[in-house]
Amino acid sequence: MRVISNIGKYFLMLQNVFGKFTKWKVLRQLIFKDIESLIIGSLGIVSFISFFVGGVVSIQTALNLENPFLPKNLIGFATRQSIILEFAPTFISIIMAGKVGSYITSSIGTMRVTEQIDALEVMGINTYNYLIFPKIIALLLYPLVICISMFLGIFGGYIACVYGGFSTSGEFIQGIQLDFTPFHVTYAFIKTAFFSFILATIPSFHGYFMTGGALEVGKASTVSFVWTSVVIILLNYLITQLLLT
Amino acid sequence: MIKVKNISKEFDKSPVLTGISTIFEKGKTNLIIGQSGSGKTVFLKCLLGLFETNSGQIFFENSPINLMSTKERTVLRQEIGMVFQGSALFDSMTVEENIMFPMQMFTKKDDDEVRERANQVIKRVNLINANEKYPDEISGGMKKRVAIARSIVMNPKYLFCDEPNSGLDPKTAILIDNLIQEITEEYNITTVINTHDMNSVMEIGEKIVFLLNGKKAWEGSNKDIFNTDNEAVSNFVYSSDLFKEVRKMYLKKNKS
Repeated sequence: MRVISNIGKYFLMLQNVFGKFTKWKVLRQLIFKDIESLIIGSLGIVSFISFFVGGVVSIQTALNLENPFLPKNLIGFATRQSIILEFAPTFISIIMAGKVGSYITSSIGTMRVTEQIDALEVMGINTYNYLIFPKIIALLLYPLVICISMFLGIFGGYIACVYGGFSTSGEFIQGIQLDFTPFHVTYAFIKTAFFSFILATIPSFHGYFMTGGALEVGKASTVSFVWTSVVIILLNYLITQLLLT
Repeated sequence: MIKVKNISKEFDKSPVLTGISTIFEKGKTNLIIGQSGSGKTVFLKCLLGLFETNSGQIFFENSPINLMSTKERTVLRQEIGMVFQGSALFDSMTVEENIMFPMQMFTKKDDDEVRERANQVIKRVNLINANEKYPDEISGGMKKRVAIARSIVMNPKYLFCDEPNSGLDPKTAILIDNLIQEITEEYNITTVINTHDMNSVMEIGEKIVFLLNGKKAWEGSNKDIFNTDNEAVSNFVYSSDLFKEVRKMYLKKNKS
């Protein structure tokens, strides 16, 4: 029952986000601030994880290609497919649910606990728009993060594969060009667009409607991470079913 | 002036406020007092329109807030200044930015004009060398001053304060009380203060509304409070030995 009530509350919140708009001059500053903290601030961890996971995917594929009749370019092919179809859009989004999602929930939650949201409301500001809309706009740049993740994942796979002696550079590059379907990239970016909206709004919901004190801010961040991940996984399944089958 | 007419508020069918009527006068410091859990904060939030009342009406001058459209309410809120219990300063902004914020949101003034006005109120509340500091770099008393400065920067008609001197030492608390009273007179605004600080009651309580279990149990001024025969308010105000002594002395002095 509570879940259904929260779903209703979530959609009402979305309606209010696009209600009365904050003054553009102020909103612009908030958007740039959020781009810096949510997008630019995440590039380091995303790059690091993508590079090394790409490497691991490549090594594991290579180690599983025991049959000498299987061409070595399959390592590049498998790495490309894993990174573009799943790792970059979905698993980086789960990681972002932890990093960006917790940040959003705790920052809005702290504003709730310290009455900063009440202060904004008393001033006559649409707090939904003021707090959540800039995050939605900032996360429109999230596909850029995923793009970097895709590149670095495949690059990490290349480095691990070539310098680990599993295949030659030519074979790996031939593999990443093999049977390339451009729609897979489109599919990945469609998923990413949905995930970016989820990443901005579900953590905001948990921060905005939290009650209690500092301890509850921590709890809200955890709950927000769980729900963001659950929705991303479910949406991933749904979009895959709709677009790839 | 704010007129409250028979308002009631319930949460999950349990009444928190019942049939409260009173008038908060312009140019005066109006105090809402009562024990913790008596409904003071809910009453204040109803006045601010943050909570909808279940029945009754609240008039700002002659306009009932309950019947106002969202647009009218937004306009009214720009005439309201609020000092929160924990100051509620925006921690990502400096002191000066906090004070400039309402003007940046609601006026068409350029940055220089906004900064000039902000510095006027900074001076008025005696904040020295704090413009570039962040809220976590200043003391509790200074935070209250910043909150007061932010609340008056738009020249409000109404000022609401939720326990403005909680967490402050007695000396700073008196300074903050006096500052609020001075500002009330200077700007001729309707000030409503939510408190359970008896020093504030004695110092600046020009009109006092005492709440008990969500009902108005007494109202009067800080002078009336010495002579009241209302047991509930006497028990609350004179719960400490010090205030009992003060009352005895006052009554003795008046008798003689």
